[in-house]
Amino acid sequence: MALEKITSVVGPAVYVPGNDIDTDRIIPARFMKCVTFDGLGEFLFYDVRKDADGNDRKHPLNDERFKQAKILFTGANFGCGSSREHAPQAIQKYGFRGIVAENFAEIFLGNCTTLGIPCAVASRADIAKVVAAVAADSTTAVTIDVEAQVVRFGDQSIPAEIRGSDRDALLNGRWDAIAELHEGVPQVKTIAAGLPYMAT
Amino acid sequence: MAKSLFEKVWDAHAVRNLANGQTQLLIGTHLIHEVTSPQAFGMLRDLNLPVLMPTRTFATVDHIVPTDQFAEPYSDPLAQAMMDELRKNCADNNVTFFDRASGKQGIVHIVGPEQGITQPGTTIACGDSHTSTHGAFGAIAFGIGTTQIRDVLATQTMALGKLKVRRIEVDGALPPGVYAKDVILHIIAQLGVNGGTGYAYEYAGSLFDGFSMEQRMTVCNMSIEGGARAGYVNPDQTTVDYLAGRPYSPTGDDWDAAVERWLGFASDPGCHYDDVVKINAAEIAPSVTWGINPGQGITIDQSIPDPAKARSEDEKASIEEALEYMKLTPGAPIKGTPINVAFLGSCTNGRLSDFQEVARVLVGRKVAPGVKAIAVPGSQIVAAQCEKLGLDKIIAAAGFEWRAAGCSMCLAMNPDKLIGDQLCASSSNRNFKGRQGSTTGRTVLMSPVMVAAAAVTGYVADAREVFAAVNN
Repeated sequence: MALEKITSVVGPAVYVPGNDIDTDRIIPARFMKCVTFDGLGEFLFYDVRKDADGNDRKHPLNDERFKQAKILFTGANFGCGSSREHAPQAIQKYGFRGIVAENFAEIFLGNCTTLGIPCAVASRADIAKVVAAVAADSTTAVTIDVEAQVVRFGDQSIPAEIRGSDRDALLNGRWDAIAELHEGVPQVKTIAAGLPYMAT
Repeated sequence: MAKSLFEKVWDAHAVRNLANGQTQLLIGTHLIHEVTSPQAFGMLRDLNLPVLMPTRTFATVDHIVPTDQFAEPYSDPLAQAMMDELRKNCADNNVTFFDRASGKQGIVHIVGPEQGITQPGTTIACGDSHTSTHGAFGAIAFGIGTTQIRDVLATQTMALGKLKVRRIEVDGALPPGVYAKDVILHIIAQLGVNGGTGYAYEYAGSLFDGFSMEQRMTVCNMSIEGGARAGYVNPDQTTVDYLAGRPYSPTGDDWDAAVERWLGFASDPGCHYDDVVKINAAEIAPSVTWGINPGQGITIDQSIPDPAKARSEDEKASIEEALEYMKLTPGAPIKGTPINVAFLGSCTNGRLSDFQEVARVLVGRKVAPGVKAIAVPGSQIVAAQCEKLGLDKIIAAAGFEWRAAGCSMCLAMNPDKLIGDQLCASSSNRNFKGRQGSTTGRTVLMSPVMVAAAAVTGYVADAREVFAAVNN
């Protein structure tokens, strides 16, 4: 199965401010009581988006202007905490196609790439420029250009770095590694046979 | 050439380079549980791929199990569905499942070591970020996402970029009343919650040399809370002694060969480290968190941070956000903060030695009126060990509810949850907003003995002042 080559993602953007936004906040644990990832999108950021009665709180994702957002902008250490893939799954199923942050927690970053979600790192000052443009006009099309490692908005752009192995995987349509890993199975068996603990 | 343990284990398991520059890494041991594996088995079915090496995956159930109900069906149908799905996936694919009926069920990071499945010089993966726990044995252990669980099931490998290694060298002895939990909270507070990004942590120095396996597991467990993908301690005689006679440990001649091989994985003197951090054990004090991530910690004698004294705008904003959520007063002592709930357990501190130490100080003491206190052993084997020693009786006599094994209130996927804005003195590993099952619930992380001190006084307390025995 050939995978899509993800050279860029584009769409309206929304800014969810904050540093150290953890995976429990992205998808609270009680919504992980499921045996498929279907339907996780509606629970994205649930406890900060909804009050105890399920009514909307003030939150960027509840703002009508940003309902169509496809690109998520946020702060530093985004996705820290759990390895739960439910977090990037919820982000993707909500409709986001790419994330721009000051930096990412490592397991979360790897999980995103595996789902074909580009994660770009930009400086706070540069993120603020995009956020200002989006606040002024929420219909502004924002592009994460994976190839050029820039984020474009209107006639402006900012540098946006994507980790080398992730960038390569996205650009060449091998972000889901299963096919390539499967090709290596004969070698896997050879190496495993030489490791005593795997012989059991 | 001198190599670190990380490099030796990596080299022994590297299958080949992938086109994007990552390595296809053999994962010798795969651990699964009910929350993150069902979707992976679903993906395998969609791809029509079998489990490549069923004997190298081991399953248990931990996150959703009720700690006060053994009989099925569980009162929560969603929990029962996850239980059923795991049981079926294991049966269909010939995967060993430590089910509750086996007497060997428990938190996955406690089951692996106690069965002897976790061994030095191995690679381990599990769909749970606290998989770093297994590094205590000199294994390289990774928390992974569900798509990677699929990859490991189908190919016994995953794609990964090589990590850098930071040696965290702690020398000296801990003062009385200071525990392994305080050591890792101290390290995280020093290096920050994302200070470990891109690194595996090697915990070394005379402190860790002298630690038991259970203490080492507590430290390695929280590596991820400092942003490190993995954490390990070099294997030594303590490691070997722990593994002797375990169900999955080698026997006879194989044992002797294994011991020689295991010890050979320890980092060579003079090997390269990408970074070295040195800490004096004598300077570590009983630690508690005051905020909403594990790096927001102070010692029990310190005051709650004041945003007005923050060193940067970022820090100011983060203190303000945390204090608003925690409903704590800047500048006030953390000691004396009233608690509502006391939780003993989790993959960080749910082992025999944790309950032994707690029982030692709780003899003749009572949980303060109005405090709900629960003690949840990390595995059925830990529970049985405690019960054999009568620890459960001491802990229950003090007023803790003695429960059945599971993750319980660490992340509250089972019925054990905070209510409203209750504040919980917790021996677990995360104090994120809403972590313990209430969207406004508050968590203060600390060692098990500090949890016991909070339980009997009704507020965050210094165990050294509450229990004379701590100082002995």
